[in-house]
Amino acid sequence: MNADRRMFLAATKADRRTFLKLGIAATASAALAPFPAYGQGANPRVVIIGGGFGGASCARALRQADPRIAVTLVEPNATFTACPFSNEVIVGLRELSAQQFTYDRVVADGITVARTTATAVDGPGRSVTLADGGRLPFDRLVLSPGIDFRWGAIPGYDEAASAVMPHAWRAGDQTLLLRRQLEAMPDGGLVVISAPANPFRCPPGPYERASLIAYYLKAKKPHSKLLVLDAKDAFSKQRLFQAAWAELYPGLLEWVPLSKGGNVTSVDPATKTLVTDFGRHQAAVANVIPPQKAGRIAEAAGVADRSGWCPIDPVTFESKLVPGIHVIGDAAIAGAMPKSAFAANSQAKTCAAAVATLLAGGTPSSPKLINTCYSLVAPDYGISVAGVYVPSGGQLADVPNSGGVSPSDAPRPTRAAEATLAAAWFRTITGEVFG
Amino acid sequence: MRTIVAAALGLASIAAALPALAEPPAGAVSCSGCHPASARVTSPVPRLAGYDRAAMVKALSDFRSGARPGTVMDRIAKGFTDAEIQAIAAWYAAQK
Repeated sequence: MNADRRMFLAATKADRRTFLKLGIAATASAALAPFPAYGQGANPRVVIIGGGFGGASCARALRQADPRIAVTLVEPNATFTACPFSNEVIVGLRELSAQQFTYDRVVADGITVARTTATAVDGPGRSVTLADGGRLPFDRLVLSPGIDFRWGAIPGYDEAASAVMPHAWRAGDQTLLLRRQLEAMPDGGLVVISAPANPFRCPPGPYERASLIAYYLKAKKPHSKLLVLDAKDAFSKQRLFQAAWAELYPGLLEWVPLSKGGNVTSVDPATKTLVTDFGRHQAAVANVIPPQKAGRIAEAAGVADRSGWCPIDPVTFESKLVPGIHVIGDAAIAGAMPKSAFAANSQAKTCAAAVATLLAGGTPSSPKLINTCYSLVAPDYGISVAGVYVPSGGQLADVPNSGGVSPSDAPRPTRAAEATLAAAWFRTITGEVFG
Repeated sequence: MRTIVAAALGLASIAAALPALAEPPAGAVSCSGCHPASARVTSPVPRLAGYDRAAMVKALSDFRSGARPGTVMDRIAKGFTDAEIQAIAAWYAAQK
């Protein structure tokens, strides 16, 4: 009998009173209950690290799938700040507070939120070490750590440089810093965005950002110029973006692909200069979106491979490197699925169903997953990409002849409708995850 | 007590004998990314809980065939088979 099945057998014995008692204790004590309190307890234990779109979704879906599972969510921040729509914050169309959510409803579901950082994971020993030295034993662990930056991958671009040349690729202070820099820039300034090679969080994100900054410059500082230096030759929804740029921002926004000298080889924060093989660009405002990797706990847990990302089984999202640990969201190598909030949420709910089934001794059935990503090229001009994915050959692959981008010849009312749907999507997904 | 239960059922049949967890049909949990599960959310996108089963089958089939125009549902419906559409419609129809 494996450990999961043993835990489940024990769980079925728990009467309602025991369950309630455990639930209340867990909620009150922020997960720092000593090992034995859970060790021989009645409930299978799942620990989730990371309280973003992936982790918080997974925690709630697990409780919904099987209330007998004791779920602990490890997240150091009291407030979550969402990245989708943060490009609107950068250009003053939205306030950062509209991006922020608390964990009150997550806690109300009976989930223990441990407001601390996980520093180590013992996969074989099935326990997580916390920053305060506490330990959390688990029967299954879900990592949803998002991204970390590869500081130094672009020579000159380290964490200190990001205080001068913001990345704004994790929403919060960096978002506001980039906004203040744009607001302070005189008309006629050069804004430079540096976009990384694949894979990275939010593939259409740099181009939505470029679009909305161009929208801002056109309205407020029309003599300015925006340069996008790209480390690749193709990007998400490219034809739609470029057609919209030609229509809305002619002469204002220039995209420089890899083959035309777009790759940034170093930066100098002192002068806000970006260096490429083809030249130097001194910016008034420089937004450097650096190369990325899975959040650092993934490496500590041994679930990241040499690429810096985490290979997973496409049915259960269990790590291909360490059994008992599942990885979802941006950190995972999810084949054709992009690193998006929608994908993280879809993966989280799929993973939760698989984990509940595994804890009950069952075999998870093969899932299908969906992604939809909206981008705004102007506040009333939305475009989208959608996809349906299925496990195939050990990866998540596109279902043939499904998905794709918005039609290239759609009339403006369709673009406006997609902008409306984008805003509705944000309300819906944040409502599900945090509301 | 635990020993007695385990012995009575026999190890091989334990999982089958326990209350089954009904796994959602393939694809179903992804819908609530856009279709609000919460009554507190305002959206032009319809809620799916309690949605009429036949109407959902028709909507998805028509999105898939192109008989009904969509913004993203035409693209998404093409990723699902008849059997999957039936299962998803039945699952949502059974929800309150």
